Amino acid sequence: MLFTNLFAGLGLNHSLAWFISQFLSILIFDVVLLVMIAYLLLADRKIWAAVQMRRGPNVVGPFGLLQTFADLFKFLFKEVIIPAGANKVIFMIAPLITVTLAFAGWAVVPLADHWVVADINVGILYLFAMSSLGVYGIIMAGWASNSKYPFLSALRAAAQMVSYEVSIGFVIITVLLFAGSLNLSDIVRAQAGATLFSWNWCSILFPMLPIFFVSALAETNRPPFDLVEAESELVAGFFVEYSSTPFLLFFLGEYLSIVLMCAMCSILFLGGWLSPINIWPLNIPALGVFWFLLKICFFFFMFAMVKAMVPRYRYDQLMRLGWKVFLPTSLGWVILTAAWVMFVRPHLPGMP
Amino acid sequence: MFEAIAFYFFSAILIASAVMVIAARNPVHSVLFLILSFFNAAGLFVLLGAEFLAMILIVVYVGAVAVLFLFVVMMLDIDFAELKRGSLQYLPFGVLIGLILVAELVMAGSVWVLKPVMASATAHATPAGMTNTEALGRILYTDYVYYFQIAGLVLLVAMIGAIVLTLRSRPGVRRQVISVQNARTAAMAVDMHDLKPGQGSEGSA
Repeated sequence: MLFTNLFAGLGLNHSLAWFISQFLSILIFDVVLLVMIAYLLLADRKIWAAVQMRRGPNVVGPFGLLQTFADLFKFLFKEVIIPAGANKVIFMIAPLITVTLAFAGWAVVPLADHWVVADINVGILYLFAMSSLGVYGIIMAGWASNSKYPFLSALRAAAQMVSYEVSIGFVIITVLLFAGSLNLSDIVRAQAGATLFSWNWCSILFPMLPIFFVSALAETNRPPFDLVEAESELVAGFFVEYSSTPFLLFFLGEYLSIVLMCAMCSILFLGGWLSPINIWPLNIPALGVFWFLLKICFFFFMFAMVKAMVPRYRYDQLMRLGWKVFLPTSLGWVILTAAWVMFVRPHLPGMP
Repeated sequence: MFEAIAFYFFSAILIASAVMVIAARNPVHSVLFLILSFFNAAGLFVLLGAEFLAMILIVVYVGAVAVLFLFVVMMLDIDFAELKRGSLQYLPFGVLIGLILVAELVMAGSVWVLKPVMASATAHATPAGMTNTEALGRILYTDYVYYFQIAGLVLLVAMIGAIVLTLRSRPGVRRQVISVQNARTAAMAVDMHDLKPGQGSEGSA
């Protein structure tokens, strides 16, 4: 999208120019995303360390800034070990699926107005589909490892993710009822207003933000819901048998989907690229990416703090929270939001 | 040109993986091939301009139904190779059903093309100026809302029926009451006793 006119200006025909520009923007986007993940990973460890009054990684590079890259090379240079009893093809495909799906979800995320790789009109459904498919990497890895702990982990993952997808789906429905569109850019535009109080978090949708956030924690297997890789029971869950680059891919996929969930939170509830106060120097289009990144970082900070502070849930508590608390609440809120949009909002012109 | 390449790509993989679903020896492989064929069907939907159906296919079938499929198949301990040994004797029956389906598809397709009445129906898959999410929503929730509600009611009754059929009320089960657990304090849970040596704790509790 971004470079189509540039290449068309060079005398290429339109479809070829489109193809090259799309390829280039995906490439740039992914590289930027990877570098961002590297530093968010470091931030995660630093925040975790700070809560526990440790220093965290501080040896490689100034303030430990190069720690993630050191880890990357350590993973790359280790030997890939495939267990003799494993189903080799599925064993190797599983991490690839995890990381591919995690990258694919980012295709529809609008970084700023019109700054999006694929501006499709069912963007939010696509994101939902990609995040719910993440479970396949885990199930396939757990099954193909042909080992007991990974298998138990795969079963847990299947049950946990399917449960929390339901409430994520309902929260998404409330937001799209409110915005009247499934396009992520339109959902952000529908939140535009004078200040940050016009965004969705400050409307009737306000209880949906914590529900979405907690469901996102469960969907990405973050603590306190990391029962899939519970070290105390399952050693490391589905990636016990993985080493070297396949393990790195799982790790990368996990963080990519965590940051994707942070991006989803900020698009659905905190107005994506919109500036907190809609006045001139703050709301110029070039600053959109900055605001969006700021919101992602805010949610990532919350993810890291939850990891550092909240004790792990027991499995039955996890299921109870998903099915008995979040599902009825979010389902009820779908009805409430629909009634609000249909009957109340037309009579209150000033309200969002 | 690109569309044709994409179509043949998706449909070739769809047919190949659909064949592998029934040909694979390992049932888990079968389910994984089934998922691959769902994906390619979704790709074909996108090519047809039915992006909402494509996404719903992935969310519902791949994201939920197939996960449960895989969940069950992974845990089954059935020797599927043994089970499949006799499957060749059903081949004529399967081929017959396949032939009937193909014949019906051809008939339906040719009616679509040959009958002039159908020409107006093929003109717009979705009304112009409307995304197909809106078009489907208008048909389901506005034009035919009562039928939709009846369908929902039938599903609800089926769901309740399934629960009633499988529900066993067992007496003597100690249920977990979360609010009682949360209301428990240290004063309620801990008892302090001063034990004399040689007397044991019997009677003091």
